[in-house]
Amino acid sequence: MDAETAKLIAAAFAIGVGVIGPALAVGKIGAAAADAIGRNPEATSKIRTNMILAMAFAEAMAIFALLITLIIKFV
Amino acid sequence: MIHISLHPEELFTIGGFTVTNSIVVSVAILLFFAGIGVIMRRRFALIPGMAQSIAESGIEALLDLMDQVLDDRKKSEKYFPLVATIFLFVLVSNWFGLLPGFGSITLQRGEGFEPLFRSPSTDLNFTLALAIISVLAINIIGIGTIGVAKHMRKFFDVRGPVEFFVGILELISEFVRIVSFSFRLFGNIFAGEVLLVVTQFLLPYILPVPFILMETFVGLIQAFIFAMLTLVFISVAVEDHDEHEHIPEKRSSY
Repeated sequence: MDAETAKLIAAAFAIGVGVIGPALAVGKIGAAAADAIGRNPEATSKIRTNMILAMAFAEAMAIFALLITLIIKFV
Repeated sequence: MIHISLHPEELFTIGGFTVTNSIVVSVAILLFFAGIGVIMRRRFALIPGMAQSIAESGIEALLDLMDQVLDDRKKSEKYFPLVATIFLFVLVSNWFGLLPGFGSITLQRGEGFEPLFRSPSTDLNFTLALAIISVLAINIIGIGTIGVAKHMRKFFDVRGPVEFFVGILELISEFVRIVSFSFRLFGNIFAGEVLLVVTQFLLPYILPVPFILMETFVGLIQAFIFAMLTLVFISVAVEDHDEHEHIPEKRSSY
């Protein structure tokens, strides 16, 4: 296996494995938010704001993996 | 081939100082804000006009949001300039990258092309600088509010072995903050621009439209997160741990 092939495999592997955690996290955040809204519909707007904030944090992890992928691919 | 580069392109140098395309745009943003500030200041009136009303209601909304974190309007007003500046600057530099002309207007360089404009948020130097400013400001505000000795005790605590290791962890997390601040913003905005370029190649003109809308939203969220995190860290840094130990209930929204 030459270096270019290894790079491509590493890039695909990095993003593929890297998004598992954030995907689980975003799902869990969404589930918890839906649960909370179901219990207390009056707090929907507050819950939604916090949900989006928490999702952005979880998403940042996926973005880190994506960055590593881009660095492997292009640098 | 799709043009993607992690680093900003150098346009020209002024006396050894390299001017990159992201610096050009961030200076433009600076002038944009300075212009708005000067114009607003000149038109400042007791009975507000439309622009002043919009600005005032925006400031009110942000202050109300800060009150939720700090529980104190005086404190909110004290830290408002830093937080609001970070928010507006990051927001506008995120959104500038979505304007037409960014990445498409190029300069010929030898055999290749270099884009003339680049959103500052897609330059790691810019986000790193903002992150360092933010973390330094947090620590300086902490020192200014509770004193050097008490602030340093958070990091170098010799009252016991457990406190000592907690202090070391605090110190490390302070540096990790710089990394996560800068990479979160850079990664999100850069990945967004890459996404837009790729969708442009997959299905030109149609597919990028929903993604541009999404990137507008992501830009807003990331600016909000950067400012909000700075605020939350400030609110932690100005807290005097020795004083609050006896209060059983501490209200906090975040």
